[in-house]
Amino acid sequence: MTHDILLAGFGGQGILFAGKILAYSGLMDDKEVSWLPSYGPEMRGGTCNCSVCISDDPIGSPLVVEPSILVVMNTPSLEKFKGSVKSDGFIIVDSSMVDGTVDRTDVKSFYIPATQLAQDNDLAGGANIIILGKLFRETGIVSAETFKKAVEKVVPAKKAALAANNLKALQIGINYEG
Amino acid sequence: MERNLMKGNEALAEAAIRAGCKCFFGYPITPQTEISAYLSKRFQKEGGIFLQAESEIAAINMVLGAASTGVRAMTSSSSPGISLKSEGISYIAGSDLPCVIINVQRGGPGLGGIQPSQADYWQATKALGHGDFQLLVYAPCSVQEMVDTVTKAFDLADEYRMPAMILADGLLGQMMEPVTFPEKKESFKDKPWAANGHGGKREHNIINSLYLQPDVLENSVKARFERYEDIKAKYAEAEMYLTDDADIIVTAYGATARVAKSAVNMAREQGIKAGLIRPITLWPFPVKEYQKAAETAKLFLCTEMSMGQMIDDVKLAINCSKPVEFYGRTGGVIPKPSEIFEEIKKYNGGAK
Amino acid sequence: MAVVFEKPKSMADVTMHYCPGCTHGIIHRLVCEVIDEMGIEGDTIGICPVGCSVMAYDYFNCDMIEAAHGRAPAVATGVKRTNPDKFVFTYQGDGDLAAIGTAETVHAATRGENIVVIFVNNTTYGMTGGQMAPTTLPGQVTQTTPYGRDPKLAGYPIRVCEMLATLRGTALAQRVAVNTVPRIKEAKKAIRKAFENQRDKKGFSIVEVLSTCPTNWGLSPVDALKRLEDDMIPYYPLGVYKDADAFSEKEGE
Repeated sequence: MTHDILLAGFGGQGILFAGKILAYSGLMDDKEVSWLPSYGPEMRGGTCNCSVCISDDPIGSPLVVEPSILVVMNTPSLEKFKGSVKSDGFIIVDSSMVDGTVDRTDVKSFYIPATQLAQDNDLAGGANIIILGKLFRETGIVSAETFKKAVEKVVPAKKAALAANNLKALQIGINYEG
Repeated sequence: MERNLMKGNEALAEAAIRAGCKCFFGYPITPQTEISAYLSKRFQKEGGIFLQAESEIAAINMVLGAASTGVRAMTSSSSPGISLKSEGISYIAGSDLPCVIINVQRGGPGLGGIQPSQADYWQATKALGHGDFQLLVYAPCSVQEMVDTVTKAFDLADEYRMPAMILADGLLGQMMEPVTFPEKKESFKDKPWAANGHGGKREHNIINSLYLQPDVLENSVKARFERYEDIKAKYAEAEMYLTDDADIIVTAYGATARVAKSAVNMAREQGIKAGLIRPITLWPFPVKEYQKAAETAKLFLCTEMSMGQMIDDVKLAINCSKPVEFYGRTGGVIPKPSEIFEEIKKYNGGAK
Repeated sequence: MAVVFEKPKSMADVTMHYCPGCTHGIIHRLVCEVIDEMGIEGDTIGICPVGCSVMAYDYFNCDMIEAAHGRAPAVATGVKRTNPDKFVFTYQGDGDLAAIGTAETVHAATRGENIVVIFVNNTTYGMTGGQMAPTTLPGQVTQTTPYGRDPKLAGYPIRVCEMLATLRGTALAQRVAVNTVPRIKEAKKAIRKAFENQRDKKGFSIVEVLSTCPTNWGLSPVDALKRLEDDMIPYYPLGVYKDADAFSEKEGE
C-alpha cells in the first residue's frame, strides 16, 4: 500500500510542517516514508508545496506527480493540482481559503474551513493541523494515536505548549463533519 | 537503531561529523546551503571548525590547507560553485591530498536554475580541473546512502590520498527520509606526510604539485594512475536490480535511479523483462557489472537528468556490443516513472 | 676561528634559483633569522605563492605548502584554523597578492586571520618575464605596458598596506625596503614583530617589502637598488600603517 500525498498552499501556512508531521506519522508506523519540499528563490508568501510518500515498500521517486491524496490551502493550488489526482483519490480543501469546488466525480472531495476554525478557536497558524485532522478522519491512513506520537516527536520538548495546541487543532479537524 | 527523518543536506553534514571531519569551509549556494547551516551550528558545539569563506575558490583552498596538515576536511557546493572550485581540486589532486567535496547538482549551464539536475557528470568524472587526474565519485540515491557514502569517501580518500566527491542533486539534498548514523569515528590512518610542523623530529614535509622536469612530473602522474588501477579493481560499486533475466537494462544513478526503478517495476507488472543497473561509484565506473549484463540483455536504456553524459561510459563499458538508447530530462525537470516506462515499452517492441 | 656570519638553521643549504642581484634571497634570510631567533622552525608552516618565489618550499627547512596563484591566504587560513598553536606564514609577490589573490588577501585580513604575510613588491611579474603588475608605477615600461603604464588605459597601482590598514582585522601593516643595510635591519624588525603578533594572537600581520627585479627592469643590481630608492619609495612610502591588536576591546565596534 502506498500513499502519495501532495500538500499545497502559500508559504507561511505551515504546508511543510504539516508534511513533516505526516511523514513522521508514517515513520511511527514503521512505514517507508519520504518528504520533499518545493524550493525556489527565498520569498515569503510565494506558492509552496510538499510531497509526502508513505508506503510498505521502498519509495521510488519522492516527487508526487499523481497524488492519491491532495491537500490544498489556496485557490491556485486547487486549480493547478486537482486534475492530477488519481481516480478514487482524495482532495481535502481548506474552504475558508479556496474559492470554488472540485469539479471531478471520480475523486472524494472534502471541505473544511480550517483557517476559520483556527481563528475561532484561538489557534492562529493551526489551520494546517486542523486540515490534517480532517485528512486522518476521511482517509484513515494513520491512527490518531500515531499522529499524537508524531507531534511529540516533531515538536521539541521545550515547546510542549505548542504540542498541546497541535493536538487540539487535530481534534477539531477530526471532529469536523462536512 | 532509531530512525529519524532528516533532510539529505543535513544528513550529509552529520555524516561528515561522524566520519571524523574536523573542518568545513563553504560558501552559500542553493540547493545545498543547509549543509553550511547545520555544520555552523554543530561544529560550534563539537569543537570543529566552520568557516564561511569569501568565495568558492577560497573555500576549496582552505580545504587544501587543512588537508595538508592531515585533518579530515570537507567543502560543499552546487554546480556553478563546483566550477569555481575546480582549480583548487586540481591542486588537491596534484598534491595527493585527501578531502571530500559535495556537489548538490542544479541545472546549468551558466547560472542555470536551482532545481535538481545531473548535468555535471562529465565534470565530476572526466574534467574537474586541468591535468591528468581522477576523483573518487560516489552517486548515492537515498538519504541513508548519502550517509554511508560520506564515510566511505573519507576513508578511501585517506587511503589513496586523493579527493572524493559525493555527486548528489537538489532532490536528494532537499528531501527527508528515515536515516540512521554510524558511531563517530575516532581513530584514523597515520599521515606521516602531513605539513603540520616537524617539531624537530623529522625532515620537513612539502605539499606541492609543481614539477618543472617533464620526466619527474610524468613519473608522479604515472604513480598516481597506478593507484587508480588499484581502486578500479577494488572499489567499483553498483546495485543490480532484476538484471539476471532482463531483456532491457535501464541504467541510471542517483535520484533518477529511483524513478527508473519505479519504471522497471511498472514494466515487470506488464510482463516486460526489464532490469536496472545503478552505479554507486561513477568513478571508478562499474564496468564489470555492465559487461555481465550485456551477455544476456538485448538493449540498454540510459536515463539521466541531463542531455546524456553517463551514456558514454555505458557504451564504453559494454564496448558498444548492444544498442544503448537514451532518455533524459534536463534544466531541473525530474522525469516521471511513466515517461521512462513509455521508453521501456517502446524499446521492448523494438528489441524483439 | 670565531664564526661571525652563517646561514640561518631554518634556511636550506641549497642553491637558490633567483637571478643575480634579486633581493628575494635577502628577504628569505630575514624570515629564517626570525624563525631561528624565536626557535619556532618545528612549529612553523610556510605557504608559497606562484611567481618567482614559487619554489621557496625548497629553501625553508620548516614544513611547506605550495598554493595556487593568489590562494596562499586561503590555504594559510585552512592551516591556521586547524592548527591554531602553530606559526603560519605566506610569502607572496605583488601579482599573487594584489591581483589574482586580492579577495583572499582582503578577507584573510578582515577576518583578523592570525597569520603572517610577507609581501614582496617589485612592481613586476618576474616569473613570466616582466609584465605589468598591480603595483607597476605609472609610466613604468613593462612587457605589457610597452609605452609605460598609462593609468587611463591600465588603471592605477594599488597601495596594499594603506588599503589593508583600513581593516579592523589587520594588526600590523608595515612597508619596509631592502635596498640599504639600515633598511634591511628595519625590515627584519618588522618581520619579527609580525611573528610575535601571531604568537600573541593579535590578528593579521602584513609586511610589505619593496624589492628589486634587475632582470626585468633592465638595470644592473646597483642601479635597481637606486630605482627602488628614487622611484618606488616616493610612490610607496615606508612606514607603519597600522599597529594594533585586532581583537582588543578598545576599538570595539
